[in-house]
Amino acid sequence: MTTDKTIQNSADYLDIESQQEYLQSTGSWLIDKAKSMGAIETELALSKDIGLSVEVRNRSVDTIEYNQDNNFAITVYFGKNKGTAGTSDLSRESLQDTLNAACQIAKYTQPDPHNGLADANLMAKEKVDLDLDHPIGITADKAIEIAIECESAGLDYSDKISLSEGAGFSSHRNLRYYANSHGFYAVTPSTIHSLSCSLIAKDAKGMQRDSWYSLNRKQSLMESSKTVGVNAAQKVLKRLDSKKIGTRKCPVLMIPEVSRGLIQHFCSAIQGSSLYRQSSFLLNSLGNKVFPEFLSFYEEPLLPSGLASTWYDNEGIATRSQYILQQGKVNTYLLNSYSARRLGLEPGGHGGGVHNLKVLFNDGESEQNFETLVKTMNSGLIVTSVMGQGVNLVTGDYSRGASGFWVENGQIQHFVEEITIAGNLNEMFANLVAVGNDYDYRSSYMTGSWLLENMTIAGN
Amino acid sequence: MTNYLDSVQKVFFQSSDLELKDLQNSIDVMMGHQIDFAELFFQSTFHESWIIESGIVKDASFSRDKGVGVRALSEEKTGFAYSEELDKYNLLRSAEAAASIASRGQDRQIKIGKAVQAVPLYVNENPLESLTDSQKISLLQKVDKLARNKDVRIKEVIASVSAVYDQIMVVASDGTLAGDIRPLVRIGLTVIMTSNGRTERGSAGLGGRYTYSNFDDAVLEDLVCKAVEQASINMEAIDAPAGMMPVILGNGWPGVLLHEAVGHGLEGDFNRKGTSAFSNKIGQKVASDICTIVDDGTLSSRRGSLTIDDEGTLSNTTVLIEKGILKGYMQDKKNARLMNTSTTGNGRRESYACLPLPRMTNTYMLSGDHEPDEIIKSVKKGIYAPNFGGGQVDITSGKFVFSTTEAYLIENGEIKSPVKGATLIGSGPEVLHKVSMVGNDMSIDPGVGICGKAGQSVPVGVGQPTLKVDEMIVGGTS
Repeated sequence: MTTDKTIQNSADYLDIESQQEYLQSTGSWLIDKAKSMGAIETELALSKDIGLSVEVRNRSVDTIEYNQDNNFAITVYFGKNKGTAGTSDLSRESLQDTLNAACQIAKYTQPDPHNGLADANLMAKEKVDLDLDHPIGITADKAIEIAIECESAGLDYSDKISLSEGAGFSSHRNLRYYANSHGFYAVTPSTIHSLSCSLIAKDAKGMQRDSWYSLNRKQSLMESSKTVGVNAAQKVLKRLDSKKIGTRKCPVLMIPEVSRGLIQHFCSAIQGSSLYRQSSFLLNSLGNKVFPEFLSFYEEPLLPSGLASTWYDNEGIATRSQYILQQGKVNTYLLNSYSARRLGLEPGGHGGGVHNLKVLFNDGESEQNFETLVKTMNSGLIVTSVMGQGVNLVTGDYSRGASGFWVENGQIQHFVEEITIAGNLNEMFANLVAVGNDYDYRSSYMTGSWLLENMTIAGN
Repeated sequence: MTNYLDSVQKVFFQSSDLELKDLQNSIDVMMGHQIDFAELFFQSTFHESWIIESGIVKDASFSRDKGVGVRALSEEKTGFAYSEELDKYNLLRSAEAAASIASRGQDRQIKIGKAVQAVPLYVNENPLESLTDSQKISLLQKVDKLARNKDVRIKEVIASVSAVYDQIMVVASDGTLAGDIRPLVRIGLTVIMTSNGRTERGSAGLGGRYTYSNFDDAVLEDLVCKAVEQASINMEAIDAPAGMMPVILGNGWPGVLLHEAVGHGLEGDFNRKGTSAFSNKIGQKVASDICTIVDDGTLSSRRGSLTIDDEGTLSNTTVLIEKGILKGYMQDKKNARLMNTSTTGNGRRESYACLPLPRMTNTYMLSGDHEPDEIIKSVKKGIYAPNFGGGQVDITSGKFVFSTTEAYLIENGEIKSPVKGATLIGSGPEVLHKVSMVGNDMSIDPGVGICGKAGQSVPVGVGQPTLKVDEMIVGGTS
């Protein structure tokens, strides 16, 4: 039996060398097996995740979780018939069973001329070290100490902070393996560390909760536990003393946590599957102007330590830096090889989506900070959070619950909740007035705040 | 009465070196620490899905997952570890890791009890095997053809069937020894309709704890009609109104209102921590007199039903609100113990790799006295919403949203033009006070609900009769 100590130390322990060897030999064994069973093409994806998460509440430990997740998926093509199967059990016996299951499915699925691996000549050739793997070998005790320090900074910040929902620290290490029968394979280790704090403040009108978090591949680049706790406290205090507002049309200023949602809707709408299913409000939009000319989205898959950085997409295709949106115009759809074949276009390394996207203003960073945007808006609503799933990507209709701050004469007046904001994404995109330089780098969609002309606010 | 212990034990002990005494031993190892409660949750899951799009079943997937989750509780603290490998070494290793939440104390031996006996609420068949693979394809092709033949404006049909076969076993230091076998199937359909340059979507779905054999011709016809009708209604939809107005919610799936407005806020964990807008409100009036709401895991074959929950507790009917008065919370073992009450059979987890939490099963409001027609006639100007997408709630502020996928204007007591999808927002502790009429047509949703909490998804059901909320904010644009 193992002792506590080695278990704690193993929270992010992966013997990369031996894992790499094992994965490669197992991978080629499976690809050979599949071939001997009649598969003309095969691909494998495996992810091993190992980590530690602790949660503290009221300055003492609440939960310690040791995570250890395995995910394996295999896809086989018999001619143009496809079968996919997956398992969490990585023993050879189980992998063989999984391969059998995939082959069995391929016997029944119907042929699709667009099925198959991405073309061999598109496979990424140059391995790039993207500086993604920074394990810290943290013990549960140390993680608890960080989380308690964070929560205490928040709780001690003000008497109005009445309760804590908890502070959590987690550190995860992942090993991603991909191989296909073109001979392409890659093993990528990476880490992600996060610290979060969620606090509750109370006044006569009731309770409010808000949170802050820091997230990075390198622990050294995370915000201090004190900063995370204090930011959570400052954020929740601002939610006190809300006032209602009535139904109206007015400008809206979305902070990055909200504005990046609009970019995600844009990306979903130009994704291959939405297009060939005729399920997008941006059908036939390639080359069309959907945003003002000042706006561009630049994809940087090779950004060192980036949250979505990778030199190959989930089909092994080489990724590259490129404009997704250039001067307001759709520069490329987001296609994997299947959707590219269906649409008669080339795939652009977007299997698995877009890999780091940065919002540019006139091809650089905007010079307007958040305060300037508030002044520019003059009167309107700052939206700090949205709720619900009221986005229809077929029509672009957008209607969501919201909360934020009412602004008059360039000054923040009070917190507002229990309202909705509504419009149509096509019009909202066209009505973008300005973007800020208050980039939030805690997401692979990197943007500042967005100021939008007229949206409908429903209140009382 | 029966228990599935023998059959599920075979699943977990087969091709492993484990026996029941090793489980006992792992529990003892944990209880040797300053631990109040120790638990092992074994799970084996088979999952498959088959999809048709553009007229062909080009893709299908199958997955297998198996493992054990090990939990140790010490007062308010929880230690948790899990393993995908079912053997003595990994079980003990996980037990030591979970128990590290508390320091080592006296050795203690706990006796695991007799198997929990229950009346199964659903069949124990493997739904993946209820049709052959070619029959699954024929079924999807039938749906595709039915939909395309229904309306020439349909440009794309996406349909899927999926099945889960779950086998679980729970062993715990409180004597629990229980097993369950859970089938779950679902069929979903989305149609895309285009006409005169306008494109709209219609969706429908249904399912439950049964097998594919329930998807007979009548069921498929009904599914197709609903999706196609929704798309053609949306073709005519005008902008939804914006502002505060009376809202009539249809019966069945619109019960998502209850799930968001009160359900989550009545889960034990939030109330133990005092973070819910409903904390410390037991015995208080939280709804109008005509509202009685229950959470009921005991409905036969429903999507949210459980013979036993994921902690081995027999499923229950829990009265949450009776005639407007808050009666109780939904509890799992941990929160019940810390709040000095009993579990209500609401301890649920997404899988062995997740901690159990108090979760809803099937949450619904009981029927009232009014005819649905009468309720609609009572509104001068408002909206009628018979179908919804999902919702969300902030349990602390109590604010919740849910979004219509089918809604109409009501003018002078009559249903008029359909309106585009809009989000409705309200405050949980306030909205049920504004329920002024409750219909006599309670129904449970067709079986498509997925509830997310703390990153874990579990299948749930909702239901309600037609009901009138005197005022709610409707998030349209006009």
